[in-house]
Amino acid sequence: MNSAFNTRITRAIWSRSLALILACMAALSTSMTMAETLHEERSLYRNIFVTEIDGRRCLLFNAVRGERNQTCINMRNEKEMLFHYTRMSMAGLLLNSQPKNILIAGLGGGTVPKALHEMYPDAEIDVLEIDQAVVNVARDYFSFVESDKVRVEVVDARVFIKRAGIRGKKYDFVMLDAFTGEYIPEHLLTQEFLQEVKDIMTPDAVLVANTFSTSNLYAHESETYKSVFGEFFNFKLSGTGNRVIIATLQPLPTPSALVRVARTLEEPLEPYGVKITQFPMSLTTRSDWDTSKRVLTDQFSPANLLN
Amino acid sequence: MSAKTSLGSTLFNNLVIAAVFINGFAIMAIELLGGRVLSPYFGTSVYVWGSIITIFMLSLSLGYLWGGRLSSRNPSAKLFGCFFIAAAILSLPIIFFADWTMMQVFMVIEDPRYGSLVSAILLYFLPICFMGMVSPYSIRLLVSSQEHSGRMAGLLYFVSTLGSALGTLMTSFYFVLWFELDHIMWGIVTVMLACGALMLVAHSVQQGSEQS
Repeated sequence: MNSAFNTRITRAIWSRSLALILACMAALSTSMTMAETLHEERSLYRNIFVTEIDGRRCLLFNAVRGERNQTCINMRNEKEMLFHYTRMSMAGLLLNSQPKNILIAGLGGGTVPKALHEMYPDAEIDVLEIDQAVVNVARDYFSFVESDKVRVEVVDARVFIKRAGIRGKKYDFVMLDAFTGEYIPEHLLTQEFLQEVKDIMTPDAVLVANTFSTSNLYAHESETYKSVFGEFFNFKLSGTGNRVIIATLQPLPTPSALVRVARTLEEPLEPYGVKITQFPMSLTTRSDWDTSKRVLTDQFSPANLLN
Repeated sequence: MSAKTSLGSTLFNNLVIAAVFINGFAIMAIELLGGRVLSPYFGTSVYVWGSIITIFMLSLSLGYLWGGRLSSRNPSAKLFGCFFIAAAILSLPIIFFADWTMMQVFMVIEDPRYGSLVSAILLYFLPICFMGMVSPYSIRLLVSSQEHSGRMAGLLYFVSTLGSALGTLMTSFYFVLWFELDHIMWGIVTVMLACGALMLVAHSVQQGSEQS
């Protein structure tokens, strides 16, 4: 009897600890699925990871050295733009609210070309991406679709833009967003490059450049843009580390004109989480950098050393 | 035979060794700058570096072959110096005609892989070939006996490759931050010319002392 009792206790202890172990394992496994890596792709340029946390799917570059979210989408609402810089880059529409020929350098997850295509289904969109692996990932995991309106070229942006200039191709909305990795492509920061960009812009075109707001490079880069485009809008939102340069070939519009356009864009941009009406007051032409810094040229562009 | 008769042979040896060091330095400095020279036309994709490295290796290999052949009959500091002067002069098109050359290539060849390869040949083949000739020729100048040949070759490889390492480091870490690309190229051309001139002087001093 005594021994039977003992056996029962032992069994009870066993079953309880087994339950505990199982519970622990379950807890462990759920915490692991919280940041699940869906996909890993190696390319010539970098390692690309696709992760999903809480319905938030992200594209990461170089995950070993400090994880950097390149782009993320909300799986429950794919339209929502989750990053400041993505939303901020839509401010370019304030200066040309009806783009017909769009050039975007840097694909990422394809958030911006997708949004612009939805908003302007008739616009021709050319997207430049140096890395085929990024194109694959955008297509397979970020529902980016190539079509006869949205074309992707796997090419260095400088090469494409130089050739487009020679052929006389023009765009009325140009977005430079090729600068988000660890290494800065120095040949895309120079005065000569910006001159080539200028050559492919129609007279009413707008250039939107998602650039750096940190370190030494900020002043050099600002001076370089100023040397090519003259006065431009410097767009920063407090609380974000981002800076977006918005430049045109025409004189810049007045604040009241920006507000007027913002009202017409408020509704179309609403599904993307872009509060465009708040942007005009943050668009400034004030130089908040050291204007004595040297312009970057093909002869002198140590961007990675300045950063 | 004539190379080390009267001018203090250690002094002459040290001159040659210094020249080999500078040559190694210059090769890698020019190679690293090559990426910047080509990027406005062909980008910085992996294959642009592939083109540059391929052409540098090819030029060096042929330079080694020809330099070795030239060293077999009547080696002299004069011809050795001429290699430096030729390399310096043939580097000048990189400063003056690179843009024009690459524009022609860019217009004819659409694919940036072959565009960068052809441009790298046009700009770098000749100067780097002459710089390749320096290595085997320097061995011939300094080797006095068969049993010392391996030791001397080892020393010259060491000096040349050390120069290359330093050329790579200085160019990528500092020169591009301090100077414009063409200014760095001018610096390399000047130093190579000085090396060549020094070798010609050494040669004439030797000739003079041989005659007296």
